Amino acid sequence: MQLTLDEISILCVYSAMVVYAIAFIAFSIDLARRSAAATAATDAAARVEAKEAVGVGASGGPSSAVAAKPAASLRQAQDGAVAYGRSPSLRVGVAMTVLAWILHLSATVLRGLAAGRVPWANMYEFALTGTLIITTVFLVVLVVSKQDLRFLGTFITGLVLVLLGVAALNFYVSPIPLPPALQSVWLVIHVFVASASVGLFALGFALSVVQLMQARRESIAATAKAAKLTFLATLPDSVTLENLAYRINIIGFIMWTFTLMAGSIWAEKAWGRYWGWDTKEVWTFIIWVVYAGYIHARATRGWRGSRSAWLAIIGFSTVLFNFTVVNLFFKGLHAYSGL
Amino acid sequence: MSPQSDPGAPSRPADHIDSTEPEAGDASIAQPKLGFVGWLRFGWRQLTSMRTALLLLLLLAIAAVPGSLVPQRSSDPNGVTQYFDKNPELAPILDGFQMFDVYTSAWFSAIYLLLFVSLIGCIIPRTKHHFEALRARPPRTPVRLSRLAGHTERALPEGETAAAAIDSAAKQLRQSGYRVERYELRGEPSVSAERGYLRETGNLVFHTALVGVLVAVGFGGGFGFSGQRVIVEGQTFVNTLAAYDSFNPGRFFTDTRLTPYGLTLENLDAVYETRNQDAIGQPIDFTAHVTVQGQGGDPEDRTVKVNEPLYTHGTDVYLLGNGYAPTITVKNADGEVVFTDAVPFLPQDANLTSIGVVKVTDGMPEQLGMLGFFYPTQHELTSGAYTSSYPDLILPVLTLNVYAGDLGIDEGTPTSVYTLDPSTMEQLNGGKTGVDSIELKPGQTAELPNGLGTVTFEDVTPGAAPAVDVDDDADAAASESRNYSQSVSRFASFDIHHDPTQMWVLAFAALILGGLLVSLFVPRRRMWVKAVSKPDGSVVLEYAALARGDDPGLEDAVTGFADKHAGPADADETADAPEKSST
Ligand code: HEM
Repeated sequence: MQLTLDEISILCVYSAMVVYAIAFIAFSIDLARRSAAATAATDAAARVEAKEAVGVGASGGPSSAVAAKPAASLRQAQDGAVAYGRSPSLRVGVAMTVLAWILHLSATVLRGLAAGRVPWANMYEFALTGTLIITTVFLVVLVVSKQDLRFLGTFITGLVLVLLGVAALNFYVSPIPLPPALQSVWLVIHVFVASASVGLFALGFALSVVQLMQARRESIAATAKAAKLTFLATLPDSVTLENLAYRINIIGFIMWTFTLMAGSIWAEKAWGRYWGWDTKEVWTFIIWVVYAGYIHARATRGWRGSRSAWLAIIGFSTVLFNFTVVNLFFKGLHAYSGL
Repeated sequence: MSPQSDPGAPSRPADHIDSTEPEAGDASIAQPKLGFVGWLRFGWRQLTSMRTALLLLLLLAIAAVPGSLVPQRSSDPNGVTQYFDKNPELAPILDGFQMFDVYTSAWFSAIYLLLFVSLIGCIIPRTKHHFEALRARPPRTPVRLSRLAGHTERALPEGETAAAAIDSAAKQLRQSGYRVERYELRGEPSVSAERGYLRETGNLVFHTALVGVLVAVGFGGGFGFSGQRVIVEGQTFVNTLAAYDSFNPGRFFTDTRLTPYGLTLENLDAVYETRNQDAIGQPIDFTAHVTVQGQGGDPEDRTVKVNEPLYTHGTDVYLLGNGYAPTITVKNADGEVVFTDAVPFLPQDANLTSIGVVKVTDGMPEQLGMLGFFYPTQHELTSGAYTSSYPDLILPVLTLNVYAGDLGIDEGTPTSVYTLDPSTMEQLNGGKTGVDSIELKPGQTAELPNGLGTVTFEDVTPGAAPAVDVDDDADAAASESRNYSQSVSRFASFDIHHDPTQMWVLAFAALILGGLLVSLFVPRRRMWVKAVSKPDGSVVLEYAALARGDDPGLEDAVTGFADKHAGPADADETADAPEKSST
């Protein structure tokens, strides 16, 4: 049987989905183990107060392991944070994510080769490339960040799996050439940067969600001594999470600003005006303004913390809305879903 | 730290996270009983607060939503008409709230204008303050550094005096871009350093450029214009008001701004996909080859493509559409030509099934109107109806239904050249009349109903044979295999714009992006190095820093600097000293 490039690409997509699913399960097991470790830590602490239980070594990578020692025990005293040792399931999760990423990358590259152009010119391809970038951003952040963010794996692999599944099953179209309106370098630049910012916003969103959960746990822990410990106790505190979310979101925001501007330049070339409040333009603008609001909220007294986190969550919801509902159901000049 | 005691601190709205908490009972905030001026000042302070800016931003986002749910007159006028037809009850109510003109509506404008007033009210004092800060000395070294970020201690290098160590610290700090100031308190020398003023500069540039974009967009709309014009191959358009099919001037536009250059469409190349089975007939490329001739200049050959507009004589020319313009000749019963022209037909679908209208006003007993369908590649459906199965000219067929009566042009009310109002006319063939529609291939002529004369679908292929009568065209099979690719002219529809402030908008956009990058990534920080005398008489060097705004690399920067200045600390003290310094 002779497979076309696109057929091999599809095979890679489905294989990647299977591997993402395995990664997702491994990350979930890790979260469950964290809860168990947290409970065990409470019990142990109750039994042997003095002995430093569960091998304080923080969940961080080697670089922060030593330094985190005093900080971790300080937090432990303050809000019942729990140090969490090495977890095989976590490593399986990361390894599987890397494998899935390789398959995913191959699928995307093959799709591009099959079509003879960049693989982001219709809904299926946006989803394929967009999710690839989400995973890429996640993996890069794992390498770069001093914090151990592997706990976000459940969210990231889950999100990618769902989006990829929906795209493969519902949005698939066979590779066809670009219509004249899309034949532009701006397709390469504008859409790629947009996808990259979506990847960053997704990560920022996940951090903000965990931040809110953590903040809630901390406030309970601060008032009631007998708070139940969950996996959250093994994660960074809410302020750390907030700072991380902010840093990721502002990079996303700058890229989004660029997306908006590059889109306008392209619109000027293709449609004869740089801004015309087309539906897609409206939503690009809305996303931009919401994230500008988020940045302001972080700098406004009374808004830093949970309130600004909510804005980041709303921001990412508008991003998803823009990608799904607006692409599929709203009328406008950007009718490139290919469906 | 209140702003007065700390001239280096950026002046921020009172509720900025870095500003001092208002003291309880602060009169101007808690109980403004200061009379009219006091109220004004209170109101202004509210308007220029961070909270108001945030609120207005969120409001702006929400207010932009309806414009994507309901069609807008500016971008989709037909959609609005359809919306009115479909929702006759709801539409007028929505219209009352300006829902079809959201982005020019009173409420949307109110939000963004308030936001920009707030913005300007925010920028001005900050800019003033920033200029002062740029000239001020870095603030006094705090008495105790131990509470500050990244605080670390190093032993005074052997054989060095405290003053010399501080001198070298000041020198090194200056080299890494800090502004430095020496202080001495109770015999303890110290250096106070600050860097990253560019962060605030970037922020101010960013916010000012936002205002710039708004102003530039406003002006551009006022002085510019946009117009549309359909040009058939071989025709010339001269850039004058009368030559446009439609024209939208800005508020301050005067037609002396039009440069009367000529634009001739030599030919329009359309390329369609022929090989990829999933995309047969999909457009691959449209290129309009044009000649541009300015007054007194030589003609220049240029091209206009989708995504590649032509910038000439201060106007931007965009290729926004194309289609076929069959050349049709009508003769009356005496054999006199009463009409001959290439008539642009409007495409109705991807395979360019097109509709057009021929209006014969003179030379006939009654005015004639013809409603035509053009199929570049005719295909008969099982129902017997025709459609086009491919957008290029493989088997072009024109069908015509003839109407006689009053075209309604003489009353002076403008009528579209693309529509025919049959209400005052009698249909002579096609439809329910029982007489067949006229059906022509390029190069064929047919009789009009009622012996009114003849109509010819001209073959414009260079060197084509003269037209033959449709019934004499014996070799129908031969006509199927003929090459028709040049037989019908094409037209291009051009948008011609002039926007004098487009470049300004682009420049401000670049400033926005640059300002944003600088203001989010340049760390603004202060660093202090102090020689502290211990009770035992020894001297240690203390290092510490303070972030102004988000600054993830702060602690590393302090450690890095201390290592560079006085050598690494003892191993047990700083286990967490990554090798990077981000100063
Ligand atoms: C047109 C609406 C506005 C937009 C789109 C906007 C957007 C932004 C963005 C993206 C930032 C972060 C980048 C930077 O620091 O330069 C920012 C920061 C800031 N904005 Fe605005 N802004 C607007 C209006 C305002 C107004 C009205 C004020 C004054 C009340 C204001 C005060 C500030 C301040 C003080 C910061 C610095 C925040 C910090 O310290 O991190 N902005 N703004």
